Amino acid sequence: MVKRRIFPVLRGLFLGAMLLFLYAPILMLIVYSFNDSKNLGTWQGFTLRWYADLFLDRTILRSLWVTVSIAGLSSVTATVLGTAGAIGIHSMRKRARGAIEGVSQLPMINPDLVTGISLMLLFVAVGLKDGYVRMLLAHITFNLPYVIFSVMPRLRRSSNLLYEAALDLGCTPAQALWRVIIPDIWPGILSGFILAFTLSLDDFVISLFVGKSVNNLSMYIFSSAKRGVNPAISTLLFVPVVTLLLIVNLRAIRKEREEEAQSRKVRRKR
Amino acid sequence: MEAKKTPLIRLIDVSKDYDGDVALEKVSLYIRDGEFLTLLGPSGCGKTTMLRLIAGFIMPSSGRIEMDGQDIAKIPPHRRAVNTVFQKYALFPHLNVFDNIAFGLKIKKVPKAEIVPRVERMLQLVNLEGYGKRYVDQLSGGQQQRVAIARALVNEPKILLLDEPLGALDLKLRQEMQHELKRMQKQLGITFIYVTHDQEEALTMSDIIVVMKDGVIQQIGTPTDIYNEPKNVFVADFIGESNIVAALMLDDYRLRMNGTSYRCVDKGFGKNTEVDVVVRPEDIDIVPSERARVMGVVQSALFMGVHYEVLVQCGDYEWTVHTTDKVQPGAQVGIHIPPEAIHVMKKTRNNNIFDCEVYPDDNEVYIDEVAFDCVSVEGFEGKEAAIVQINPADVQLVSPQDAKLTGACKACLFLGTHYEVTVSCAENDWIAYAPDLYEDGEEVGILVDADKLHLSHAEKDAEEEP
Repeated sequence: MVKRRIFPVLRGLFLGAMLLFLYAPILMLIVYSFNDSKNLGTWQGFTLRWYADLFLDRTILRSLWVTVSIAGLSSVTATVLGTAGAIGIHSMRKRARGAIEGVSQLPMINPDLVTGISLMLLFVAVGLKDGYVRMLLAHITFNLPYVIFSVMPRLRRSSNLLYEAALDLGCTPAQALWRVIIPDIWPGILSGFILAFTLSLDDFVISLFVGKSVNNLSMYIFSSAKRGVNPAISTLLFVPVVTLLLIVNLRAIRKEREEEAQSRKVRRKR
Repeated sequence: MEAKKTPLIRLIDVSKDYDGDVALEKVSLYIRDGEFLTLLGPSGCGKTTMLRLIAGFIMPSSGRIEMDGQDIAKIPPHRRAVNTVFQKYALFPHLNVFDNIAFGLKIKKVPKAEIVPRVERMLQLVNLEGYGKRYVDQLSGGQQQRVAIARALVNEPKILLLDEPLGALDLKLRQEMQHELKRMQKQLGITFIYVTHDQEEALTMSDIIVVMKDGVIQQIGTPTDIYNEPKNVFVADFIGESNIVAALMLDDYRLRMNGTSYRCVDKGFGKNTEVDVVVRPEDIDIVPSERARVMGVVQSALFMGVHYEVLVQCGDYEWTVHTTDKVQPGAQVGIHIPPEAIHVMKKTRNNNIFDCEVYPDDNEVYIDEVAFDCVSVEGFEGKEAAIVQINPADVQLVSPQDAKLTGACKACLFLGTHYEVTVSCAENDWIAYAPDLYEDGEEVGILVDADKLHLSHAEKDAEEEP
């Protein structure tokens, strides 16, 4: 009977170790962002100096703005285009659908380096000089497959009959799309958008190749790394991403609970 | 009842094919206002295609679909006064029951003050008062079914199309819903077009039944007509249980089947004509053997609740009889078939007549792109297109690995002494007589002895007999 007591303890230990392994580095960073010393190894007392610096440094603020605005614009655009694309692919004939779906998702396994270089060459060849526009286009490009990827399964789960039912009840094809199809696949669209947004926030390699003189936050951090990184930046980046993830996960968990409760109710009725 | 005179919808020579696959072939049909019409047939017979044509989801390859005298073949679904109850309900999961039912009215911009009472009335009609706030996934299958019906009916369509709406429900619920549907149809006076493969459902609910097979209408009639006077072997076999016998019409009112002559009530087939005969199992009487002209041995007697299903072997033929008398397996009994129980039909069973290519030098004939050995190739010089005829009794069905030509079993009909099996190969449907039952969809191989292929020259203007 000793086993019974030992197993939960072991399980807890294992889980703890795993979480520690995953989150220790970022926790270190957060702790040291309040450390009153340039040296990361030694604790010299609490300070908010790094955060103050952050908001006084105009280069940092500009690159932060670039990161956030590119993430917002590119993820919204990619979501709209990707959803339209996914619906298009879904309604293709079987053979064409398989082929196009495969091709649309290939860029996801393409190394960032290759994507970056090829986009840079393309922009040079076309003569597009504006670094911000280049970066925006590049981010839309690499976000698109992820949006398609998260919308497709939802479409597959949704029944084609819903569209026909909408037409049957008097919808024009456009009305059927807005009032039935989009609401039905909305969770897929939303998760595609969030995925695109975080990927765009996160990107460094592709931005480096196409950005020219425009710097986003990750490029700024990279270039200033030799002089010593302000630990506050990473914290600042980490917090919104964690918040976003928590929102998404909590929503999913709540929905699951609701559904479970509902199905239990229905079962009891029968 | 006066309204029943006018045809509400009319299909004229409507055909539909999907990339060459024929789903409907020159179908003509009219449906009167207020009728409950059922399209009945096995899967793939074209009944759902017909429904989708009337709903407007697909367009006919040729032919006209008229509603109130106007051609509607090219009018999109959202502008037709027709609503559909889908097989899997297709309720909108993001809306609650009330909004699902109100959907059509909202699209048509009906004022809100009018929507609420209309939806409430519908909820009442389908016995779902107080369920408006529920979401679809909180409902049982039967309740979802009712919502789907309410969602369609609230639009007050001229025609309600129902695509196997009760298929997903269990038996008891299905029977309840059958009565409820019939009640609603009577109460509202709306024309119902109902698709099903369940013959019992069709017989209980319909005013008119349309029996279909392979995209062709086999028979149109009232349930009693279809049951009592099936037009051909397929209808007889599909509707209810039946004994199907090949017979010879000796004269008007007289025929011979299984070596015994009988009196019957049919005439006009001509002397000595081959016909098919259908006898319903409940129309056959079991009598003491000393009083009967036909005797047989009871093979089995199965209690079915109200009656016994008794199989009686008389010579080669095995009769299925439904009787309330208890008989013992192995007993010698007599069989009596009253004249009015014998339904005579024109013989429809066909021969295997296919296009082929003859290679006289190799003594080979290519049918369905497979080579068959053939002994009699006189009259052919060099490769030539021809017509080959094979008696169904000469077609041997073997396991797929033992034959070059294989196909899927499409239909299997028990004819008392043997089964008539239709096998769908690459281009042709083969008909074979076999001693054993084959399941629908089962892969079989086809063999024909070299002396059993009868060739004839292809005529340029040869027309295949319909």
